[in-house]
Amino acid sequence: MFSFFKKSETPAETVATPVEAPKASWLSRLKAGLARTSSSLGSVFSLRKIDEELLEDLEATLLMADCGVEATQTLLAELRRRWKHDKLETGEQLRAALAEHLVKLLTPLQQPLVIDGHKPYIIMLSGVNGAGKTTSIGKLARHFQSQGKSVLLAAGDTFRAAAREQLVEWGNRNNVSVIAQDGGDPAAVAFDAISAAKARGIDVVMVDTAGRLPTQLHLMEEIAKVRRVIQKAEPSGPHEVLLVLDGNVGQNALAQLKAFDKAVGITGLIITKLDGTAKGGVIAAIARTHPKPLRFIGVGEGIEDLQPFMATEYVDALLATGNTGAAEAV
Amino acid sequence: MLDNLTNRLAQVVKTLRGQARLTEDNIADMLREVRMALLEADVALPVVKDLMVRIKEKALGQEVVGSLTPGQALVGVVQQELALIMGGSQASLNFATQPPAIILMAGLQGAGKTTTVGKLAKYLKEKQRKKVLTVSCDVYRPAAIAQLQAVSAQAGAEFFPSSADQKPVDIALAAIDYAKRHYLDVLLVDTAGRITIDEQMMDEIRQLHAAIKPIETLFVVDAMLGQDAVNTARAFNEALPLTGVVLTKLDGDSRGGAALSVRHVTGAPIKFTGVGEKLGGLDEFHPERMASRILGMGDILSLVEEARAAVDEKAALDLAEKLRKGKGFDLNDFKEQMGQMRKMGGLSGLMDKMPAQFAQAAAQMQPGAPEKAMARVEGIINSMTPAERSNPDLIKAARKRRIAAGAGVQVQEVNRLLNQFEQMQKMMKQFSKGGIGKLMRGLGGLKGMKGMMPGG
Ligand SMILES: Nc1nc2c(ncn2[C@@H]2O[C@H](COP(=O)(O)OP(=O)(O)OP(=O)(O)O)[C@@H](O)[C@H]2O)c(=O)[nH]1
Ligand SMILES: Nc1nc2c(ncn2[C@@H]2O[C@H](COP(=O)(O)OP(=O)(O)OP(=O)(O)O)[C@@H](O)[C@H]2O)c(=O)[nH]1
Ligand SMILES: [Mg+2]
Ligand SMILES: [Mg+2]
Repeated sequence: MFSFFKKSETPAETVATPVEAPKASWLSRLKAGLARTSSSLGSVFSLRKIDEELLEDLEATLLMADCGVEATQTLLAELRRRWKHDKLETGEQLRAALAEHLVKLLTPLQQPLVIDGHKPYIIMLSGVNGAGKTTSIGKLARHFQSQGKSVLLAAGDTFRAAAREQLVEWGNRNNVSVIAQDGGDPAAVAFDAISAAKARGIDVVMVDTAGRLPTQLHLMEEIAKVRRVIQKAEPSGPHEVLLVLDGNVGQNALAQLKAFDKAVGITGLIITKLDGTAKGGVIAAIARTHPKPLRFIGVGEGIEDLQPFMATEYVDALLATGNTGAAEAV
Repeated sequence: MLDNLTNRLAQVVKTLRGQARLTEDNIADMLREVRMALLEADVALPVVKDLMVRIKEKALGQEVVGSLTPGQALVGVVQQELALIMGGSQASLNFATQPPAIILMAGLQGAGKTTTVGKLAKYLKEKQRKKVLTVSCDVYRPAAIAQLQAVSAQAGAEFFPSSADQKPVDIALAAIDYAKRHYLDVLLVDTAGRITIDEQMMDEIRQLHAAIKPIETLFVVDAMLGQDAVNTARAFNEALPLTGVVLTKLDGDSRGGAALSVRHVTGAPIKFTGVGEKLGGLDEFHPERMASRILGMGDILSLVEEARAAVDEKAALDLAEKLRKGKGFDLNDFKEQMGQMRKMGGLSGLMDKMPAQFAQAAAQMQPGAPEKAMARVEGIINSMTPAERSNPDLIKAARKRRIAAGAGVQVQEVNRLLNQFEQMQKMMKQFSKGGIGKLMRGLGGLKGMKGMMPGG
């Protein structure tokens, strides 16, 4: 049953040939990354008749995309209902029904980040260790600059080795300033950066923070303090508090969201590393139980590898039948 | 988080009480619960399927002995099976080679490779008296080399400089040469994170491996990983002959099912676990504990160990000494204990690791309630004078009112605290008599706290 995991059968080459416009190339990258799910789904649907076995295969595919037991069962129950009620016959019809449900589930999360209305617009990033916060800031700086906005970065990770140097390098790549301190207080760095941004008439300030696990309670308190101090520096801020989730993460993503939401009030999500084989299906579970706008997805380590989340494109990429592995039986 | 397997099975098997044997009939529903529990713990589906066959085979015909319920009997079987799969083979590092013993790190982006190099360097240097050299072949991630340099310095290990314009193979070979000339025992080779469908990057590490022929190739995996752990592990295992796995970020509250997936797919033993960002946070792997954790059944043993690790050694020794001398455990100590608890990640974090009985009590609490309760208790103690803290008997009605006003609570709450403290003091005395001061210093505060929580 693992035949579709074999490299030769996945369209990995689409990664290396991004010929179209950036957007299309993102889609192909995302598709390449999601290829394993896609091809397995492809083989699930195809021309088969709908039967219990098909539904079971479908359940397996959703589970393996990290959708979680609960979300998977709900989706499946819904499909089962449609199968009987709408008298669906072919796998392809079932695919369309699933796509429809997923899109319906995920569309509410599709709310682009609009940074008008405040100057400076203050964005704070949070997340567990290694999720991709600092890299996402580097990409976001490019994103906002391409909209003609000026950007300033705050090196709020005063803990991890070379975290500051890493952000400074992203600053250099974007040709934007990074506010850092020798001292160890992240809140003070954020405060300084906001003052500097006001003095310099900067449009967007992004505050990096150290990675932390929700079990480290004192660190959760620390990040709550960063938020409070930001508010002290600018009473209307922070205007966006992003939680960065690693696309590889399993069901723990929900616990992360709850904990960070409680500590700092999450207003948006970024899911990174969707260029890999992980599918980030936990977003389905999030959409069901703890919905937050999914602002961007990360699809690589490069400065351009960040895209606004589009529910239909995502579901398309996830369910694309394509021409790969479709003939393969699961 | 609290829907641990024992409880869930208890629900299913209520009707089965009194049955003496696990049979096809009576375990079908229970097996379904086991399957769900494994999936919720992020064990990858193909691995779950495989496991279910083995578990069923082992469970059928199993006798339900003594006071056990069929559910408990099945849990026993499941737990044993998981531990068996994750344990087994030799888990220490292999140094049987002409020095330097080369250790190559590999894994996804952000898994914890660089940090683990620092942890290993410290461990090898301090515990095994090895002379360690580190080198970074990560020429991609911004400041990756600076990061390794910094953690190497923290670990007290020698660091071989490299730069982003060099080729990984050249860097590693130069480091080996240096290590040989300076008679160093171990060379730790850090690499860039990579996704498995990036053929170029997978080729790069394949070539690096071929060029340096490491005696250990460690696959570094984040314990929070989801279902894709099987694909990732398979791809790394196909590209490189993995000799071991390091499971990082176990200090979080993920159930860690990836441990099972990775072990199942690669067959490589889990040699270490990472807990915390500090370089001291490298532990041995305990299969039984991991099995309980995956099943959501708490893990009192790690709890004790964690308590030990987080508790300030000196403060703990002072306290032990105090108790040994028969001097009382006072409210100052109590307050100290609470500070220690906070260091351990707070009560909510601990709850996840507790066995069913505790977790059930905790389930009735609001999220964050224990922390709030703790803050209140601290507020009360803070309102006391040092004299009152070391001699709580002083605290009579007038003082109680003052303390309550100072902490912004009702007098009853002060009373409750004093009562609970008294009980705890008694318990402490018993413990110290019984000579389990060691256990006490981690858990004493905790037990005392338990009574203090609403519903606990
Ligand atoms: N393939 C891929 N890698 C990514 C993506 N986003 C980040 N990374 C990589 O993930 C690793 C960790 O990224 P960081 O930005 O340092 O993560 P962080 O959350 O700031 O980490 P800490 O500050 O240590 O908690 C780096 O190697 C990044 O290059 C992505 O979208 N795709
Ligand atoms: N809490 C906790 N954090 C950890 C642990 N191991 C590593 N980290 C943190 O995880 C983040 C990523 O660790 P790195 O060592 O940079 O990971 P890496 O695999 O080298 O990352 P890349 O080189 O970008 O692929 C950092 O914030 C580390 O401090 C652990 O066991 N527990
Ligand atoms: Mg960072
Ligand atoms: Mg690294």
